[in-house]
Amino acid sequence: MSLLEIENLSLSIGDTHILKEIELAIAPGEVVGLVGESGSGKSMTALTVMRLLPHLARASGRITFDGIDILGATEDQMCTLRGDDIGMVFQEPMTALNPVKTIGEQVAEGIRWHTKAGRAEAEDRARKILDRVGLPEAKFPLSRYPHELSGGQRQRVVIAIACALKPKLLIADEPTTALDVVLQAQILDLLRDLVSEVRMGLLLISHDLAVVTEMADRLTILRRGEVTEAGDTARTLSEQLHSYTRELALASMHVPARPKTHLAGSAKPLLEVEGVSRDYPGRRRSLFRPAEPIRAVDDVSLTVEPAQSVALVGRSGCGKSTLARMILALDKPTAGAIRFRGETITGKAEPELKPARRDMQVVFQDPYGSFDPRQKVEKLVAEPLHLLEQRPARAERRDMVAHALDEVGLGPRDMDKYPHEFSGGQRQRLSIARAIITRPKLVVADEPVSALDVSIRAQILDLFAELNQKLGIAYLFITHDLTVARAMSDEVLVMHEGRIVERGRTADVLDNPRSEAARALVAAAPDLRRAIARRMQEQG
Amino acid sequence: MTYLLKRLIIAAVTLVLASMVVFAVMEILPGDPARLMLGFNASTDQVELLRNQMGLNAPLVLRYLHWAGGLLSLDFGRSYTYSVPVIDLVRERVVVSLPLALIALALSTAIAIPVGLFSASRQGRAGDTLAMGAAQLGVAVPNFWFALMLIYLFAVWLRLVPAGGFPGWSAGIWPAVKSLLLPAVALALPQAAILARVARSALIEVLNEDYIRTARAKGLPYRAVLWRHALRNAMIPVLTILGLQFAFLLAGTIIIENVFYLPGLGRLVFQAITQRDLIVVESVVMLLVAAVIAVNLLVDFSYAVVDPRLRGRQ
Repeated sequence: MSLLEIENLSLSIGDTHILKEIELAIAPGEVVGLVGESGSGKSMTALTVMRLLPHLARASGRITFDGIDILGATEDQMCTLRGDDIGMVFQEPMTALNPVKTIGEQVAEGIRWHTKAGRAEAEDRARKILDRVGLPEAKFPLSRYPHELSGGQRQRVVIAIACALKPKLLIADEPTTALDVVLQAQILDLLRDLVSEVRMGLLLISHDLAVVTEMADRLTILRRGEVTEAGDTARTLSEQLHSYTRELALASMHVPARPKTHLAGSAKPLLEVEGVSRDYPGRRRSLFRPAEPIRAVDDVSLTVEPAQSVALVGRSGCGKSTLARMILALDKPTAGAIRFRGETITGKAEPELKPARRDMQVVFQDPYGSFDPRQKVEKLVAEPLHLLEQRPARAERRDMVAHALDEVGLGPRDMDKYPHEFSGGQRQRLSIARAIITRPKLVVADEPVSALDVSIRAQILDLFAELNQKLGIAYLFITHDLTVARAMSDEVLVMHEGRIVERGRTADVLDNPRSEAARALVAAAPDLRRAIARRMQEQG
Repeated sequence: MTYLLKRLIIAAVTLVLASMVVFAVMEILPGDPARLMLGFNASTDQVELLRNQMGLNAPLVLRYLHWAGGLLSLDFGRSYTYSVPVIDLVRERVVVSLPLALIALALSTAIAIPVGLFSASRQGRAGDTLAMGAAQLGVAVPNFWFALMLIYLFAVWLRLVPAGGFPGWSAGIWPAVKSLLLPAVALALPQAAILARVARSALIEVLNEDYIRTARAKGLPYRAVLWRHALRNAMIPVLTILGLQFAFLLAGTIIIENVFYLPGLGRLVFQAITQRDLIVVESVVMLLVAAVIAVNLLVDFSYAVVDPRLRGRQ
């Protein structure tokens, strides 16, 4: 018998149809994956089951949980279900916890509310579940506040809250998307263990096919609010009956064509980083002793040659982004030197940096945050043109913008639009157009595709590859995603706790990692092909 | 700990700087206190003698240090017009003004927070629109006009409270509080209106946070989420405004005390200004400055109580 059964569920907010005739069932102890790209209605499905929808949302159809009609239940009934029989874990661990309450209070709160237990008893149970999710009291007392924990630790607290009362159903909405691969693997292991321990049903929502394949017994694929395919994980992914499933699978494994690979040592380096370190002031512990600095980047050296694509991989907080900021001369190294085309850029004044800035551009992770929403595309893409020796006239400027837009696959008519008129993938194209308009020699890309859906990601990777082949732009790709590193780079540098611990040709390093940090990254990285093979064995 | 220490140092520095500014402004103002005390018929020699006695001929820095040192030991000097120590005048008046300001502050908080909660939880619905419309009116109406309306309604028409004056605390607590009630309401309402709007928008912002959803997913009913999770997080902007409002409240007492004939600091300073009793003005202004700084220090401390992130590691 099903624990949760969703039948013919449709949902609309105002005049917009969000979900259409969704069917989904979960049995006790079963893991069901809900896969889809952003806007496909995954989260809305979850929120409908929790009845935590926005005010104007109207749902029709039937949701039965443990014999209870969810859509017909009163708010009081829902309150007794939420957090007791149904737990939910959210995507963004950094903001999912109340910053002004201790983790003990937040875990114990639900326990006290549902069981009417006293404070001491509830705290005792909170202690047990926190210990279970890997936050033992000796190191993480209940009196800790969320800001004293890292992202992975906070996600464990959120899981502890959701699982404190051993729910029959756990809904996990992109529980690992904001975490690096090593943390992701740990959190997924934890969820898997919890499922088998108490025969909990798990609805795992993710855009990452590899993650879902590793976890789920069955999967449901959503597209534009409709189920396109559903069934056993192994069968669905091996047969790929539906074309959309095939598209998704192909896109997640996509490797762009780059016939010209670039081997190190064949040219004079474009970028040289020599013994660079960066200290941040630490927290002062005493009024009379100076604070001990925190070393974010520790004696790093690297080179990038013209037209070479180098990936800098590492876990979150390893110092990748700090290093990138120093290369871009947005931050000053505490020690060491950075040379671009043979010229030192460290310690130079802004006017002297102009030529270097022109030849070195950047693409950031978040295509939403990196544009001023009140400016038109023409102005946004033309931004770096002030770095040119001679400022182009208006007509010339329009030509250059049109050309750059054409190179990233957008049309000249897009010039007069505003950023909000574009989708996430198109916005990332805009930021690439902005980066290449000055014809730079080097583009530093900080997680340029990690906020994008797989199909869009494949297109953007193709675009990066094409620009590298056609224009000979060198890349420094900063990423924690080994799939991106493998697809895009000639050489890979593995960074760990501020140091570069391994470097070499991408295939060599990723197939045969020698350092512990690299091995951990490779082992934790979800791989669709491997996951499907394992599923095939298990499910026959 | 460092946070609190830092705030304390900043408050002390602010106080010193403010005292310099107050002293400097009084120096610049025209009018010779010695001449004022002796009257216009006094001879130049007499005036000069008194100036020497009062120490007015000493160098500026010395005079400042003398004055500031006096402030520290609560010796504010003697009033030119009343010829009594300023501290005695202040002591008499502060027992009226301080309770008035505190009652007004308490009232404004007590009105604003529930209204803010009510409006935020009904965002965009009729109740919210009505409450915020009333708040808009409260912001727009000047408090002295409000005071007149209150006097007319509660004192003249309903005869519940006196229309003005202050019987003194010796007359008993209730009669004294009763005579402060109307002025406190008149002071509090415009402040409450502003505060309610701040509380509402702070709450609405907080209610969109992810942790509110986490709390609801725990099974807490909406009301519990509002009180337990949203309110405390929304307190930071509310406390900031509260601190700023205290200064306006003190300024407001000058007007309100005149409307209600209350023998408070506001009336004292008002009279002192018209009589050019500069030493009283100086002292009272410093006292008000100190009060505002103290309240803002208190606000800074309460930030740390509300938000553990400001406390630093233990």
